[in-house]
Amino acid sequence: MSEEDIQQAEEQRIEEALASSDIAIKVCGLKNSFGDQVVHEGLDLDVYRGEIIGVVGGSGTGKSVLMRSIIGLQTPDEGEIHVFGENMVGRLDDEALAIRKRWGVLFQGGALFSTLTVAENVEVPIREYYPNIGGTLRDEIAAYKIRMTGLPTEAGPKYPSELSGGMKKRAGLARALALDPDLLFLDEPTAGLDPIGAAAFDEMTRKLQQTLGLTVFLITHDLDTLYSICDRVAVLADKKVTAVGTIPELLATDHPWIQEYFNGPRGRAATAAVEREKNRAADGQPDGRR
Amino acid sequence: MNKAADLAEDRNDGSSVIRLSGSLAIACLSDLPDRLEAVQGPVTAIDLSDVDHMDTIGAWTVHRTAKRLNCQITGGTEDARRLVDAVGQLDEPVPIRPDYVHPVSRVVGQIGEAVTAAGSTLVGLLGFFGGTLVASWHIIRHPSRFRLNAVVQRFEVVGVSALGIIGLMSFLIGIVIAQQGSVQLRQFGMEMLTINLVGRLTFRELGVLMTAIMVAGRSGSAFAAQLGTMKLTEEVDAMRTIGVSPMEALVLPRTLAVVVMMPLLGFYASIMSVIGGGFLCAVALEIPPITFIQRLREVVPITDLWVGLIKAPVFGIIIGLSGCFQGMQVKANAEEVGLRTTAAVVQAIFLVIVIDAFFAVFFTWVGWN
Repeated sequence: MSEEDIQQAEEQRIEEALASSDIAIKVCGLKNSFGDQVVHEGLDLDVYRGEIIGVVGGSGTGKSVLMRSIIGLQTPDEGEIHVFGENMVGRLDDEALAIRKRWGVLFQGGALFSTLTVAENVEVPIREYYPNIGGTLRDEIAAYKIRMTGLPTEAGPKYPSELSGGMKKRAGLARALALDPDLLFLDEPTAGLDPIGAAAFDEMTRKLQQTLGLTVFLITHDLDTLYSICDRVAVLADKKVTAVGTIPELLATDHPWIQEYFNGPRGRAATAAVEREKNRAADGQPDGRR
Repeated sequence: MNKAADLAEDRNDGSSVIRLSGSLAIACLSDLPDRLEAVQGPVTAIDLSDVDHMDTIGAWTVHRTAKRLNCQITGGTEDARRLVDAVGQLDEPVPIRPDYVHPVSRVVGQIGEAVTAAGSTLVGLLGFFGGTLVASWHIIRHPSRFRLNAVVQRFEVVGVSALGIIGLMSFLIGIVIAQQGSVQLRQFGMEMLTINLVGRLTFRELGVLMTAIMVAGRSGSAFAAQLGTMKLTEEVDAMRTIGVSPMEALVLPRTLAVVVMMPLLGFYASIMSVIGGGFLCAVALEIPPITFIQRLREVVPITDLWVGLIKAPVFGIIIGLSGCFQGMQVKANAEEVGLRTTAAVVQAIFLVIVIDAFFAVFFTWVGWN
């Protein structure tokens, strides 16, 4: 067998393994660069079905670029990205489109269409992909999606410019969930929210993920989010995913950035908060009365 | 998972059970919602035993049908039942669009809003003009606070960079006036009057007016967009907290630059128009340039030049003020920057033409015709 044949057989094998396996997203050897500046080089990442994976990294390490590469807004220089077993790089055909329908994206600012009301925003993906769904049913679907993300009913006919930052994010999430995606991308969902709003958003993400069986790809800076809802955390540093695992696993590594991230003052505060929460749950008693 | 959703109705004794099967996911629903809608009662139950996959949209379809027919939901996996329950709890009407307003009352409302907006804009613009005058007075009393660099930089952006486009435009307009004029005047055998037409029209009116329109489109819009963006990013607020007056730092240099540049650009535009007219006369009417210039000196009184040069700085004030004023009105979002920029250009051109009409009457009254 020539080298090419071996390579082809290998690719075939990987593809078959992917199609059947529990991996939702597989990124292999990703390279992204802007001009001379290389953002990613040889980046590998697996995201399992039904997990919430948190992606962290310092500013400028390319967290958003990684997300944009996976959802096809940024064509990588090299590498492969498999979503549900299909290679998505540079694909525009019907099969790729079918995969696209299976994910929803929440952009940082919500990215709502400013000329449409919140409810109409939610209806856009349904109208676009499933014109067979009638107007009344579509309105009803938009209505329960809006309620599902915890928005008040009065928010439906409002325009995005009339909403607060947190409401915009919820409305963006309602739109991302419009087609009942299997895969949800969240770009810094709690950035700019007050602690109560952020905690509520985390709680809602967790609940939706459990009810709908979602896989969630979550970019965040928020340590509380990582501790409270993420199953695994992927750390972007040195142009690749340097470590991926649960937080205790990450704490066991000796990468300086990871240590500083989790053991810095904010990291320790978040850990302490989680500990307190656990103790309270174990004792069934209010804080500090043991 | 990709099996299409289907329904079967078991009828006995006048009541029936609806059996759903296949995948109740949005991609597989096709016409199922319509068919469910067509089912008429009495129905005792909806059976989910044969459903092998369900998403929230499928669950919602089941829930709304059960609610309409007032029947039970039976069978199905625990997940499916939980999903239907979860979705059912969210059943609360949500308005989709703003309330419908009758077209007549909407139009009346819009007219009213437009009138009040026009009134408040006019008052606001006057107030802004006053603010600029106050700021100018401050600068005159404390000349050290004058921002020479900023003003000179604006000179370049407003004036020098515009030379190419304004020159070309004026040259072409000169050609058009001469060409159209000569066609009409030929009927009376007075082609020589084309020179009067080109000379007087460009120096008195068109040179300055077209320049004003071009500057409003180039610089007035730029002012509005720049200041609007600076308002959005809170740069203007930051300036205020540091103690820098936005009037002195942003508005005055820009307005001053337009006021100074407008007469220069207007004169340059008039000359270019005359050159364009002369060019056409030489080529099409066979009037040699020397004759053209000689005749021009005879028929165009020097007051025509003064008329143009007096109007130009006034137009400059209007363009600069409306650009800066509209920019400073930006409050909410990026969309408003676009609206305000458009408003700045429209307002500037409209006011320029209105003032021009007043000037025409005024100069005739003082005898400069």
